[in-house]
Amino acid sequence: MKFFEAIGRTVIRILEEFGHVFQMMGRVAGWTFRPPYDVPEFFRQMVRVGVDSVPVVFLTTLFTGMVMALQTVNGFARFHAESLVGSVVALSLTRELSPVLCALMVTGRVGSSMAAELGSMRVTEQIDALTALGTEPVQYLMVPRIAASIVMMPLLVIMGDAVGIWGGYLVAVKLLGVNPVRYIENSFQFLHVGDDVVSGMIKAAVFGLIFSLIACVRGYYTTGGAEGVGRSTTRAVVSGSLSVLFADFFLTKLLF
Amino acid sequence: MEARRDPASEAGAAPKLRAEDLHKSFDGRVVLDGLSFSVADGESLVIVGPSGTGKSVLLKHMIGLLKPDSGKVFVEGQDVWAISERQRNELRKEFGMSFQEGALFDSMNVYDNVAFPLRRSGRPTREIRDRVRECLDIVHLPNVEQKRPSELSGGMRRRVGFARAIAHEPDILLFDEPNTGLDPIMTDVIDEVILNMREKLDATIVTITHHMPSARKIGDRIALLYGGKIIFQAPPDEFLESKDPAVRQFVDGSAEGPLTPEGQVVGKTRPSEEP
Repeated sequence: MKFFEAIGRTVIRILEEFGHVFQMMGRVAGWTFRPPYDVPEFFRQMVRVGVDSVPVVFLTTLFTGMVMALQTVNGFARFHAESLVGSVVALSLTRELSPVLCALMVTGRVGSSMAAELGSMRVTEQIDALTALGTEPVQYLMVPRIAASIVMMPLLVIMGDAVGIWGGYLVAVKLLGVNPVRYIENSFQFLHVGDDVVSGMIKAAVFGLIFSLIACVRGYYTTGGAEGVGRSTTRAVVSGSLSVLFADFFLTKLLF
Repeated sequence: MEARRDPASEAGAAPKLRAEDLHKSFDGRVVLDGLSFSVADGESLVIVGPSGTGKSVLLKHMIGLLKPDSGKVFVEGQDVWAISERQRNELRKEFGMSFQEGALFDSMNVYDNVAFPLRRSGRPTREIRDRVRECLDIVHLPNVEQKRPSELSGGMRRRVGFARAIAHEPDILLFDEPNTGLDPIMTDVIDEVILNMREKLDATIVTITHHMPSARKIGDRIALLYGGKIIFQAPPDEFLESKDPAVRQFVDGSAEGPLTPEGQVVGKTRPSEEP
């Protein structure tokens, strides 16, 4: 009986969490277009989500591109198709790897700090103080964070695409001796900006919404002091990352 | 529209704040148990009671930070939970509230904290600067404007929180233990400020305190909260001289008596009366 109870409790908790997230999405949407607009805070968050994440995204996509080239040159050599390496690297990066890996890295870096920040504001009554001063916390805290994530993620992904392709080029051409002209030509031969690059950016914007919303909701509903803040941070990263991966599957099905 | 109005306000003298049969539990633990009270316009009510009896919870209900499980809260005759979120936010701008631990925004310095309610109401920069200085002078904290809350002591943080609560000169002031942990001189300074605010702004004030001399000084009426209800209320002198066993136990600070740490009333106390 205990076993079924545990299952029931878990299901209820998951549904509750879904409820919180969707309810909050509605509130965030409602408050986004109401004045006052806190433009300076929006820019501050864009720096935090975007500019500050550049090194992490740079390294992640650089090494992903390099590994992709290494693996495909190796594999494709078995049936003499080394000339197609550029295409494989470019397509897999723009369509899949760059958006997903960027989202996972930014969830870990930014999502965790959003949840921790809002969580400690909750447990030290700062969110209550905001409300008491007639300021809507959803508008003041969440809207700039979520909007900045939606705007900055596609830009990070564009940079990641370029860096990854460059990383693939470095390995294929400089390390494994593939013909540079053939490689570059081949990289862009099958790449359609409208389909591949843009769909990657759409994905990235959706991932930005997902991870920031989950992080904000987890932080906002924090209870139980310092331990609670830790719990919220962990849950923000775990459920944020998992939701990105789930959403990735359905978005790919939808967009391609 | 009619349902949103406080039925008590139709009788004539509308109370500024009124709670009607409030019930609130957290995880099965009853904190407010059918609590009713009202505060008249310009009145200063002091709420006392043992720790953990829900005084802060009551204060958070008054400003709509917590929603009662059942019962109603009226502010200026308006049912706080019958209006929209936006209207509630507007209503809250008439309040100033200081929190037990200060609840300062730790991403901002002291100046920005005190300026926060002024900026949100769109006042000109110069006026904001003067008013922030004035408020920090009132709580005897000059030269801390550029400091972060983390660089201040607990008592200083509480005083900055107090300055932030009074900065926009609100109509209704809620103070949650404004003088706990302060030295006797500072305690009196805060009491003086509260009296001043009342005189100058004609503000309605609800204060939570454990400090009986303060309660006597700043209150028009003292209410004893216990077991989720107001079990006794009277003007300060009458309160302090009351023969009610619960009041006597609290005022004299005795472990023996009808008030127990578990929150149950043992024996008989006078029922609470509406003024």
